[in-house]
Amino acid sequence: MRLSARAGRRLVAGIPTLWLLVLFLIPFVIVLRISIADVRLAIPPYTPLFSWHHGTPHLELHWDAYQFLLTDALYVSSYLYSLKVAAVSTLWCLALGYPMAYAIARAGAATRPMLLMLIVLPFWTSFLLRVYAWIGLLNYNGVINNVLLYLGLIRHPLALLQTDFAVYIGIVYSYLPFMILPLYANLEKHDQTLLEAAADLGARPWRAFLAITLPQSLPGIVAGSLLVFIPAVGEYVIPTLLGRPDQLMIGRVLSDEFFENRDWPVASAVAILILALLVVPILYLQRLERRELGAK
Amino acid sequence: MNTASARASAPRSADPDSAYVSLVDVTKKFGDFTAVDAVSLDIRRGEIFCLLGGSGSGKTTLLRILAGFETPSAGTIRIDGADMSAIPPYERPVNMMFQSYALFPHMSVEKNVAFGLEQEGEGREQIRRKVGEILELVRMSGYGARKPHQLSGGQRQRVALARALVKRPKLLLLDEPLAALDKKLREHTQFELLNIQQRLGVTFIVVTHDQEEAMTLGTRLGVMNHGRIVQVGSPADIYESPATRFVADFIGSVNMFEGRVRGADAAGVYIECDELGCTLRAEGAASSAAGATVWTAIRPERINIGRQPPADTGGTAENAVRGTVREIAYMGDMSIYLVQIASGRMLRVTLPNVTRGADRPLTREESVWLFWHGSSPVVLAE
Repeated sequence: MRLSARAGRRLVAGIPTLWLLVLFLIPFVIVLRISIADVRLAIPPYTPLFSWHHGTPHLELHWDAYQFLLTDALYVSSYLYSLKVAAVSTLWCLALGYPMAYAIARAGAATRPMLLMLIVLPFWTSFLLRVYAWIGLLNYNGVINNVLLYLGLIRHPLALLQTDFAVYIGIVYSYLPFMILPLYANLEKHDQTLLEAAADLGARPWRAFLAITLPQSLPGIVAGSLLVFIPAVGEYVIPTLLGRPDQLMIGRVLSDEFFENRDWPVASAVAILILALLVVPILYLQRLERRELGAK
Repeated sequence: MNTASARASAPRSADPDSAYVSLVDVTKKFGDFTAVDAVSLDIRRGEIFCLLGGSGSGKTTLLRILAGFETPSAGTIRIDGADMSAIPPYERPVNMMFQSYALFPHMSVEKNVAFGLEQEGEGREQIRRKVGEILELVRMSGYGARKPHQLSGGQRQRVALARALVKRPKLLLLDEPLAALDKKLREHTQFELLNIQQRLGVTFIVVTHDQEEAMTLGTRLGVMNHGRIVQVGSPADIYESPATRFVADFIGSVNMFEGRVRGADAAGVYIECDELGCTLRAEGAASSAAGATVWTAIRPERINIGRQPPADTGGTAENAVRGTVREIAYMGDMSIYLVQIASGRMLRVTLPNVTRGADRPLTREESVWLFWHGSSPVVLAE
C-alpha cells in the first residue's frame, strides 16, 4: 500500500519532469550547442562539436555568433526595442487590466461568470485572424480612418498601421486576458472586511486601496506581468503584421537569421540571449513576490 | 495617556446623564427583509452596552449601521449630539473591533495599530509614542514587529483591540469580541476587557450571541429579536424580570406556564395554572384583569426540592406541587433535576451542592415536593 502510494507520487511528479526534460531541457541544450558552432554549407549547416585531428578529438567552440550579436548595432537595437515594446505593453495591460479585474471581482455573483466568459471569448477565434483584423481596422483606408473622416474629426487619413502604436495595440489587445485572469484570481480572494477596517480607521477609499488592496494584489500583478512580458519580448506575428518595417523586434530577427540567412549559430545565439534577458526581470519579480508572500 | 483619556471622557453635552449615543426609529431593510425594525435606543457615556440576540436578530446590522457601513433605511443616529446620517465611516468618531479581527496581514503589529493615526496625519514621533502606549496597555509590547500570522488567537484579539482603541474613539463597537477564543481564554479576556474599558472610559457597544458574555461584560443589555429590541435593562433586570417569553427563554433556562388570573390582593397576584396543578402566587407583579391569560416564568434555581411538603403551606395548593424525579445531572457545583409533575410536564430544578457527600441524596424515581417563594414567579407581559 505504502509502496504503491510512493510509486503513484513518483508517477505524478515524473510525467511533468519527463515532459520538461524531453521538450524543454534537451532542445535547449541543442540550441545552446548550435549557438557555439560555426556556419558551414552542409547538412546540418553548422560545424560539429568535435573535430578529429590525427585520431584525437578537438572540442570546437566558436563564440563568433555572440560576439557578432553584441557588437552589431542592428541586434542591440532590436533587443532594446523588444524590451521597450514588451515593457510598455505590460504597463498598458496592467493599467487596463487592473480596473477590469477589480470590477469583475466586485461584480455580483450572477454577472461574474458572464464577464469572465467575455474575457476568454476572443480565444475562440484564431490569434492570427484577430491580428489580421487589426490590419483592416488600422489601415490607411481602414475602418478607423473611414469613421474618423466621416465624422469630420480628421481631414486626411492617419498613418496608424506600421507604427509602434499599432504594435502596442496588437500586443495589449492580444495579451490583456493573460493580465486580467491572474489579477482576477487574486482580487477575488481579498477579504472585504479589511477594507471596512481601513475605512473604520479613517482611510478614505483611495487610501484604503493603496494601503490594503494594492499590496495584497502584488502576487497577481507579478503573475500577470510575467505572462504578458515574457511572450511579448519574443513576439513575432504582431510586429511583423502591424509594426514598422524599419525597426525589427528580436523575434523577427531570430526568424530571419534562421530562415533567410540560414545562419543557425547566430539564430541560436539570439534565442539564448533572449532567455538571458528574460531571466533578469523574472528573478526580480519573483523576489518581489516572495518578499510579499513571506509577509503572510 | 492621561490627556487622551481625559479628552475621551471630557463632557461636551451639558447634561452628563443625557444619551451619548442615541438611535431614533432606526430601520434597515434589505429588499423585503427588515433586518432592523424601528430601533430606538439611548446609550450613556462610558457604559458597556451589550446587544444580545440570536443569529439573524439584526444585532450585527445595527452595529454596522453605527459604524457607517450600512445606511439606515429610516431613522436617525446621533453620537455626542452630532447627526451621523451623512458621515461616511472614515469620518465617524467610532472604531470597530471586527469579529474576524480584520488585521492587515501584510503589515506588522505596529503598522496595524499605527494605521488609524497615520490617516490623521499625526507626527511620526507622536504615532510611535501612542502605539507604544496602547500596545503596553493590551500587554503586547514585545510584539510590534510581528506579522498577524505569527500571533496566537488571543494575541490577535489584543492587537485588534489596540488598533481600535488607539484613536480614542468616542464609541467602540465590538462584534463578538470573544467568540474566536477558547473558553478558558475567553473568561480571562472578559475581565481584561472590562479593566481596559474602565481605564480609558470609552463607551463600548458589544454585539454578542453569548448571554454569559453579555451578562459579565455589560452594564446594560439590549435583547434583540427579529430586528427589534425587546428589552433593555441591567443584567439583573433582564434575568430576574424578563419582560417577554422570548427574553425569559433566551437568557438562562426557565420553566414557563400558561395560566389564568384569578385575582390579586396585598400578597400578590393569584394565577390558576392547570398544567402545574396548583395556584401560582406572584408577589409584586402588576395585576392583570381577572380571567386574563398570562404566562409565568420560574427560574430553575428558585425552586426548592424536598421529600416533605413545605411547612408553611398548610395543605393549600399554592406555590407547591408534587412530582417524581426523572433525571439527575450532577454538574459538580450543582445538580440539575428533571421532575415530572401530575400533568406529565417536566420541570427543571437546579440545586447547589453545598455540602460534600450529603447523607441521603435524592435518587431517580423518588417522589418529591417542589415549592418556591412568592417572589420567584415572574408574570410575563407577552
